[in-house]
Amino acid sequence: MTDFDLIRKNLFRKPLRTVLLTVSIFMAFLIFGMLTSLNVALNRASETGAASDRLIVSNKINFTQPMPIAYVNRIAAIPGVTGVTHSNWFGAYYQDQRASRFVGFAVDPATYMVLYANDIRLTPAERQAFIAERTGVIVGKALADQYGWKVGQTIPISSNIYVQADGRRSWDMKISGIFTGAKPTDSTTALYFRYDYLNETTTFGRDQIGNVAVRTASPDLNDQVAKAIDATFANSPYETSTVDEKTFARAFLKQAGDLNFIVSMVVAAAFAAILMIVSTTLVSAMRERTKEIGVMKTLGFSSPRVLRMVLGEALMLSTLGAVLGLLTSAVVLAGLSKSPAGASFGDLSMSPGVAVAGLALAITLGLVTGAIPAASALRMSIVDALNRR
Amino acid sequence: MSALIQLNNVTKNYRRGKEGIAIFEGLAMEIEKGDFVAIMGPSGSGKTTLLNLLGGTDRCDGGEIIFDGERIDGYSEGQLAAWRARNVGFIFQFYNLMPVLTAAQNVELPLMLTKLPAKKRREHDETALTLVELADRAKHKPKELSGGQQQRVAIARAIVSDPKLLLCDEPTGDLDRNTANDILRTLQQLNKEMGKTIVMVTHDPEAARFATRTLHLDKGNFAEIAA
Repeated sequence: MTDFDLIRKNLFRKPLRTVLLTVSIFMAFLIFGMLTSLNVALNRASETGAASDRLIVSNKINFTQPMPIAYVNRIAAIPGVTGVTHSNWFGAYYQDQRASRFVGFAVDPATYMVLYANDIRLTPAERQAFIAERTGVIVGKALADQYGWKVGQTIPISSNIYVQADGRRSWDMKISGIFTGAKPTDSTTALYFRYDYLNETTTFGRDQIGNVAVRTASPDLNDQVAKAIDATFANSPYETSTVDEKTFARAFLKQAGDLNFIVSMVVAAAFAAILMIVSTTLVSAMRERTKEIGVMKTLGFSSPRVLRMVLGEALMLSTLGAVLGLLTSAVVLAGLSKSPAGASFGDLSMSPGVAVAGLALAITLGLVTGAIPAASALRMSIVDALNRR
Repeated sequence: MSALIQLNNVTKNYRRGKEGIAIFEGLAMEIEKGDFVAIMGPSGSGKTTLLNLLGGTDRCDGGEIIFDGERIDGYSEGQLAAWRARNVGFIFQFYNLMPVLTAAQNVELPLMLTKLPAKKRREHDETALTLVELADRAKHKPKELSGGQQQRVAIARAIVSDPKLLLCDEPTGDLDRNTANDILRTLQQLNKEMGKTIVMVTHDPEAARFATRTLHLDKGNFAEIAA
């Protein structure tokens, strides 16, 4: 028998209590694993494909407000601008508005394929087909795999924003190509179709665009070009706000609130509750064993060794709950990544960093919850322990 | 015979609230190697306190406690723990076995403080349990054993590391007469055949008859009664 065996046997002396404690720790780490991984994925997604020499111009009021398409040529003429394209958020879904929503943009194919050539990987033939075909659409590989779409197939894509003149919300689009990302982990759950097709058929918002992407001659010119663009449209009915692509992506995510803050608060609340529950239970469990601790010390177990055993018990409990919680969240996240809802967040799988942070948190939880009973076991005099009824 | 334990001018006080209570004031005693001493006396006479001082689980306020020629009253807590593990076996009134461990595992506890390999430990376990006639109950947990059997496991635990001194605090106080006599005969056997020095605190004159001598403790002083 080793100290480890003794710790294990003591931990499971009341199996129901241990199982309930493990479940509560498991829940806290499940929440931690899920929310932290989601947050990491969102932050990663906001930075994926964000180029340092690209700026995004949107309506100063809000990026959901439109701008006139005439702005594209005026922006292109500003010194330091080497490329311009534009896009409109389509609010796309396939057949079922609730279950099959995804990212969809109406874009100008010729210029969009130039500015995002590194991020949207197509064969030259697919690229040419997209530029040539008025109803053409390119879809990400993950999205195509999800619905079993093939190149050349015509698919009905609906919008929760736009309506056609005949009242239909659905546009028939012919798949010109299936694109991949720059890296295997990049999200490929979006589709892009032609702006002119939308503009000719929609009942409202004609000749209006959502935002303009601008490539500058150098990232060093970004500030200067951004100021020049916003100055050009100052005091007009459609004033602009120009920022670099990363800032725009973060601002987009913040529409849902400060996720870092929300995640931190939820995780902190879960752990505060668990800390109280586990500490109180361990203190009470250790009081029940006061006499046994006295006997161990009488037999010759030193106080530091008894302290290590009590701390070991708390650590074993927290690590058990944490490992189960983190493993379960890793499995759930892997499943979510493959689902339509999860796929839009990109790679949701648990990163090694999150797993290591979780284990560090488990060790901290074990040490903190075990501190009071361990200190009490350390200080306990044999005479007092043996006399306790 | 030479002295295993000597107490010279030992004082011990307790505080109860603001009041100081003197338990021993200059207590002296000597226990020879191979002795089987019964200590009797009324409640509050200091029997258990004396046992605690002899076993190094409590400290005296003054005087000397010498064990096998070595002063132990100045030992640190860590030194005392190591000394107890090497030299003293304890037997309690209520057995004090670990409920989560089997009989064999309870007996093995003191051996966890030695450097014996697992195989040797198991051999020692078996020997100790055989000596108390409980080899066939090795895998039973305390709640599956009778009071007498639990006390036998406690005796096996006390002797497994071959200590020089066995300290017994009312070892038969929770047992019926027949079982108590069995336990006392086992202690007697350990004393006579294995040469263990035994100090036993008891209220029971019948139990004291198994010892080689009886000391009567009253108000912190001894009066020896012939065995």
